[in-house]
Amino acid sequence: MSLELFRLKRDIPFMRWARSTIFFSVALIIGSVVLLATRGLNLGVDFTGGTVMEIGYPGAADIPAIRAHLAKNGYGDAQVQTFGRASDVLIRLPVKPGVTSAQLSERVIVVLRAQVPQAELRRVEFVGPQVGRELFEDGSLALLVVSIGIVIYLALRFEWRFAVGAIFATAHDIFIVLGVWSAFQWEFSLTVLAAILAVLGYSVNDTVVVFDRIRENFRKTRMTDVAAIMDNAKTATLSRTVITSGTTLMVVLAILFFGGEVLWGFAMALAIGIVVGTYSSVLVASPIVLWLGVSREDFIKPPRPESGAVV
Amino acid sequence: MNRYPLWKYVVIALALAIGLIYTLPNFYGEVPAVQVAPVRTTQKVDSTLLERVEQALAQVGLKPTGITQDERSIKLRFADTDTQIKAKDVLQQALGQGYTVALNLLSASPQWLASIGALPMYLGLDLRGGVHFLLQVDMPRALERAAERYQGDIRTLLREKKIRYAHLTRERDVVTLRFREAAARDEARQAIARAYPELELREGASGEEFLLTVTLSKAAQVKVQENALQQNLLTLRNRVNELGVAEPVIQQQGVDRVVVQLPGVQDTAKAKEILGRTATLEIRMVDEEAMQDPARVQAAVASGQVPFGDELYYERNGQPILVKKSVVLTGEYITDAQAGFDQNNQPAVHINLDGRGARIFKNVTRENVGRRMAILLIEKGKTEVVTAPVIREEIGGGRVQITGMDSTEEARDVALLLRAGALAAPMEIVEERTVGPSLGRDNIEKGFNATLYGFAAVAVFMVIYYRFFGLISILALATNLCLLVALLSMLQATLTLPGIAGIALTLGMAIDANVLIAERIREELRNGMSPQAAIAAGYERAWDTILDANITTLIAGIALFWLGSGPVRGFAVVLCLGILTSMFSAVMVSRAMVNLTYGRAKRLTKVSI
Repeated sequence: MSLELFRLKRDIPFMRWARSTIFFSVALIIGSVVLLATRGLNLGVDFTGGTVMEIGYPGAADIPAIRAHLAKNGYGDAQVQTFGRASDVLIRLPVKPGVTSAQLSERVIVVLRAQVPQAELRRVEFVGPQVGRELFEDGSLALLVVSIGIVIYLALRFEWRFAVGAIFATAHDIFIVLGVWSAFQWEFSLTVLAAILAVLGYSVNDTVVVFDRIRENFRKTRMTDVAAIMDNAKTATLSRTVITSGTTLMVVLAILFFGGEVLWGFAMALAIGIVVGTYSSVLVASPIVLWLGVSREDFIKPPRPESGAVV
Repeated sequence: MNRYPLWKYVVIALALAIGLIYTLPNFYGEVPAVQVAPVRTTQKVDSTLLERVEQALAQVGLKPTGITQDERSIKLRFADTDTQIKAKDVLQQALGQGYTVALNLLSASPQWLASIGALPMYLGLDLRGGVHFLLQVDMPRALERAAERYQGDIRTLLREKKIRYAHLTRERDVVTLRFREAAARDEARQAIARAYPELELREGASGEEFLLTVTLSKAAQVKVQENALQQNLLTLRNRVNELGVAEPVIQQQGVDRVVVQLPGVQDTAKAKEILGRTATLEIRMVDEEAMQDPARVQAAVASGQVPFGDELYYERNGQPILVKKSVVLTGEYITDAQAGFDQNNQPAVHINLDGRGARIFKNVTRENVGRRMAILLIEKGKTEVVTAPVIREEIGGGRVQITGMDSTEEARDVALLLRAGALAAPMEIVEERTVGPSLGRDNIEKGFNATLYGFAAVAVFMVIYYRFFGLISILALATNLCLLVALLSMLQATLTLPGIAGIALTLGMAIDANVLIAERIREELRNGMSPQAAIAAGYERAWDTILDANITTLIAGIALFWLGSGPVRGFAVVLCLGILTSMFSAVMVSRAMVNLTYGRAKRLTKVSI
């Protein structure tokens, strides 16, 4: 006999818990929004503009000494922290009017080498304030475009109520990831934004699988209780939902643990997004579709043959 | 029902074969190489150059392990980095300034792979190390300079036509003419409109005076900006050539930006210095009259009372010098500049001017023998008088010698600056990403490990959970990885660290299709379907879902590609391509394997799933 995670005789009554799961989700969203409004995001240089330097030291770096040394040389506004391992140091410098970036990082490394001659400049990232603003705008635009694109696709392929449900569930995931980022004040960089867009795609993907089964059930069964139809669909796809999330999570955790510091934020955003996305695709998306009043008739209208979807 | 027609197997086999071949170059690694190319892009590489290169190396007993030659360059492979660096130094000395000699890494894959275009993936700067700059061209300044030119041209025109005007002034990119009489203004207006149709003229009045304001038309402005960008691109290209970088990328981005990527550049400070040099050159006359009166010079230094029409600058030795505001020549007229020596064996710079520049220069020098002209270098709003030589005689033919250089080094620097051409408008670095070579290697290793461990974990789980179907899924996943890498290699898309993360992520998500199929087959089996029918139904019913689910991710990927930049774009490329390859491998390839295993069994009673 084969190995099975869920061997279920009866459908799980997910819809009966809808009230509490939605309440829980809405509470999380509100919490995230409050966090975002009060603490905001710790935007990285990609968006604010500024300079980041990664310096490799021969041994464990003495952070307070580096900080003091920089302050003594007129860089009191530099943030210094270790990066990944004890010998790597990350230095952040805000945009200085009048001083070009090119000069800034060169000057700082000269200062640092006066203290420890073997200091190695591993990486420099400078983003001008103008470019930073553009990256932020482009990123926000990307988020919006993707959301609209997905709504249109789902509205065409399924039904508008499903599109609304999916986008709500997805927005829920993104708000929570952003909320976590705000709560811990982790740096929000361009790669984190990329991860969030991937979460968007992934979360909708998960939701679509469930929706697909709901639609199939609508067409196949004579059941009229929409909630029961949804429960059946979700129970049938539960194994798949959990396994896929599990395998994707395995890979993401591999990136988180072995991918290095640069990818840490990317992997963390994905990991949170996958967990929340799995939850929302099962417990958040379909109750909304139900409350919006979807019914069997929406899918068995005469001019809609099996393959009549517009793609 | 679980049989594929022969053509499907053929298509799959073909795809796999092509995938394998194009993945292959990525396994060979890279060998150190030296790349030799003429500085001037018009100059082709020929066999005499190859001979010179071989001779120079043979003289010091260095032997390259392989030589390839194309129209633009000669590439020499070496056994190790020590010989590579030695060879570079030897060649640089032997070939001199006309050639760039750059260190490079070349794929170690055999010749036949390269000849069918199978190259390893193109690594982004975060993986191979190097510098990325985004430069912004100062367009208002470009317009201002265009207006400056027109101001001079209009002055000459009015003088030629003997039209009298009271004042000719310029405020940023607006030139204003003041006349005492309306008739003179109308005359001027007609003359200017005829000579420069691209200018927009507007009449006005101010008290007693009749005004004529001159601005560039919208079309002309666009043209000025385009030209400025093109000239700056060219200038950057020349400068980068001087740097000796193997595969530089210099591209326009948007209307007023330039991307410069210099892979493998170690000395980033030098690169920045040369690129960031927003120098422009101007040749102007020294105000000799004022200079002869030490009191006036003193007054200018002490209180800033600069004589009308002059500006105060300092020479390299710290001497104050009064220079006229009107510009004789700009760097645009310079076609070539070489470092050398003058008659007294002192370092000097030899300049060639183009036809128009030569004419202007001839006139100016004829009229000003015995006077001094100043060569000004303007960097980031700071103006320095490089040298202010005395004009000894009329200089025709456009050949100019500048003496008074401190050292051969300085002569070379000035020559490079002049040769590389002045920028049409200043540029500023608005984004910079530098990755050291050691970090690049670290990144590759980490990215590779993450992918490997992720893949292994998924493989172990799938085989335990789905047994034979799990094994097939993993084989399909491996196919997917191979096809994805092959596609990335074929397209020479840039692989970045987020791109590698994208590969790993794609693998995690690609398995979804197999899970969907396997779960569906199990379900159909539970519902009492026969194994063969269950397999067929599983694949068919799962297809719709797979398609829907992947298209939504594809939408996200495309938007990311469209709006992302740099590393994020690399991630988006991988995500999109990965979705396409995963649909093929998870559905077609795994089905083919299942069909080959179970399809022929007459009475299948059990499926390992």
